[in-house]
Amino acid sequence: MLEVRGLSKAFGGLKAVDDATLDVRQGEIVALIGPNGAGKTTLFAAIAGFHTPDAGRVTLEGHDITGLAPHRICAAGMVRTFQITQPFAKIDVRENVMVGAWLRTGERAEAMRRAEAVARQVGMGDQLDQLGADLTVAGRKRLELARALATGPKLLLLDEVMAGLNPTEIAEIVDVIRAIRDSGVTILLIEHVMQAVTSLAEQVYVLNQGRMISHGTPAEIAADPAVVEAYLGHGAAARLARGAAHA
Amino acid sequence: MSRGTLALCAAGLLAAILYPLVVRGLAGAGVGVSANYLINVGMLVFFVAFIGQSWNIAGGFAGQTSFGHVVFFGTGAYCSTILHVTHGWNPWLAWPVATAAGALVGWAIGALAFRAGLKGSYFALITLAFAEVFRILANSVEFTRGGLGMLIKADQRPENFQFRDPMWIYYLALALCVVSLAIAWQLTRGRFGARLVAIRENEDAARALGIDVYTEKVKVLALSGAMCAAGGTFYAQKYLYIDPSIAFGVDKSVEMLLVSMVGGAGTVFGPLVGSLVLTAINEGTRSLASVVPALKNVQPLSLIVYGAMLILIVARLPDGLMGLFGRRKSGKRHDA
Ligand SMILES: Nc1ncnc2c1ncn2[C@@H]1O[C@H](COP(=O)(O)OP(=O)(O)OP(=O)(O)O)[C@@H](O)[C@H]1O
Ligand SMILES: [Mg+2]
Repeated sequence: MLEVRGLSKAFGGLKAVDDATLDVRQGEIVALIGPNGAGKTTLFAAIAGFHTPDAGRVTLEGHDITGLAPHRICAAGMVRTFQITQPFAKIDVRENVMVGAWLRTGERAEAMRRAEAVARQVGMGDQLDQLGADLTVAGRKRLELARALATGPKLLLLDEVMAGLNPTEIAEIVDVIRAIRDSGVTILLIEHVMQAVTSLAEQVYVLNQGRMISHGTPAEIAADPAVVEAYLGHGAAARLARGAAHA
Repeated sequence: MSRGTLALCAAGLLAAILYPLVVRGLAGAGVGVSANYLINVGMLVFFVAFIGQSWNIAGGFAGQTSFGHVVFFGTGAYCSTILHVTHGWNPWLAWPVATAAGALVGWAIGALAFRAGLKGSYFALITLAFAEVFRILANSVEFTRGGLGMLIKADQRPENFQFRDPMWIYYLALALCVVSLAIAWQLTRGRFGARLVAIRENEDAARALGIDVYTEKVKVLALSGAMCAAGGTFYAQKYLYIDPSIAFGVDKSVEMLLVSMVGGAGTVFGPLVGSLVLTAINEGTRSLASVVPALKNVQPLSLIVYGAMLILIVARLPDGLMGLFGRRKSGKRHDA
């Protein structure tokens, strides 16, 4: 459904994303992980049209969308959320979500019905009248998800929607994400919470210093020495293996 | 709209319609007021509310604050006056053309400024620069008669867009104001308005959610420019004289911005409330100065009160006077 081929994006001399390739198939939940500063958010932004890639190609359902404006990509059925949440502060949750819903309808009643349904789906049913500015971290994360979902996407790009949440809230949002997938929306998510990644994702891609260093099932990834080294430092995999042999 | 709000609007409209008749009645009954003066003040309230609303739609709803809105006002005033005076058009016919010219100038300034990515104070300053350029141009080109200004020949017939009885120009201003309120109210209900608010609150999030930020901003500036230009024609036909500093001077820009901010930017009734309050201050200080000899030489008394008021509002009431009624009074309602 989504194909990213050889995508690169540099900021000045810094190669934030370097020749990254990735595939998401219809109906999957795919995770993108990597240490802080690996380039995950930059890759998302480049896929969703917020950055023009320096090189590479992005296709959605066979159509080349490389470098298209974000609103066109959203209309084509792919929408991103923001790691740093961007609520519309001075309007309430219902109106926030309606902004997404207006994409597919010009009717106020329909936009509202849709927005309220989506808000309930992500567990914000009783916060509809709260202002964007008054939400807690968990609320803002849910709002990001709800607004994006209200645009009626085929593919949802979620950037760390679990960061800053407590374990109960994480468990709730994991269920919400699974339900969204089961309703027919394909999902690509950036996540640091490994327990969520292993329980949700069928495929995992690992980005480190801009380069895609590994991909596979969660189990394959966990066993990949290159991934362990990326997280724990050079030589860590060997040290771990030696430690295991001694034990 | 809720029942209560609707009833309040109906009552307000009725009062506005009856107002000229009531002041005439009072004057007739020997109460010491000048009916025509009071009708004129009422006309000003609605006229300033109307051009204030044109600012509010771009500056308040969409968050595209402009310091040079007068560029549209002057465009409308000059366009209809040139067509009428120089080319012999009937001013009623020139009015829609002037309105369209305002839309065109709004579209052009929007296309230039927003394509260049100008936001916030940069956008505000570029509008100010455009207004100044237009003022200088009007001062120097032939077809506007330069600094001499343009005089519209007095010929007080309704079919000539001139009224012997000030009551009719009052009703025309009221009608404009009602139309502008209806436009603003529609913005609180529909898709276009929701997109403008999203753009005001967070452009990146708006883009991510499928909003073509550039196009929507250009559209709102064209709408705002059209309304403001319609106000320019109205002004020219009321006062029968315009010159570059009246039509493109910074005072009108400030007035439009001020009534919206004082009343509540981004609210339906903000500009009307602001216009009522500022006109009351204006007329109040003027009559105070005429009865209290000590104040006679404090000419800019109203400016001092304005200034104090603006400071108070910016510091204590960021949502303007409408903020006093709670945020739900801005017309945002959820009954579909
Ligand atoms: N707009 C920008 N201008 C310059 N440098 C940037 C910009 N955005 C990101 N970077 C840099 O690019 C690199 C990748 O950043 P990015 O935000 O994509 O990482 P990330 O994998 O999402 O990290 P995290 O897990 O902390 O969110 C970092 O070194 C960052 O400082
Ligand atoms: Mg990130």
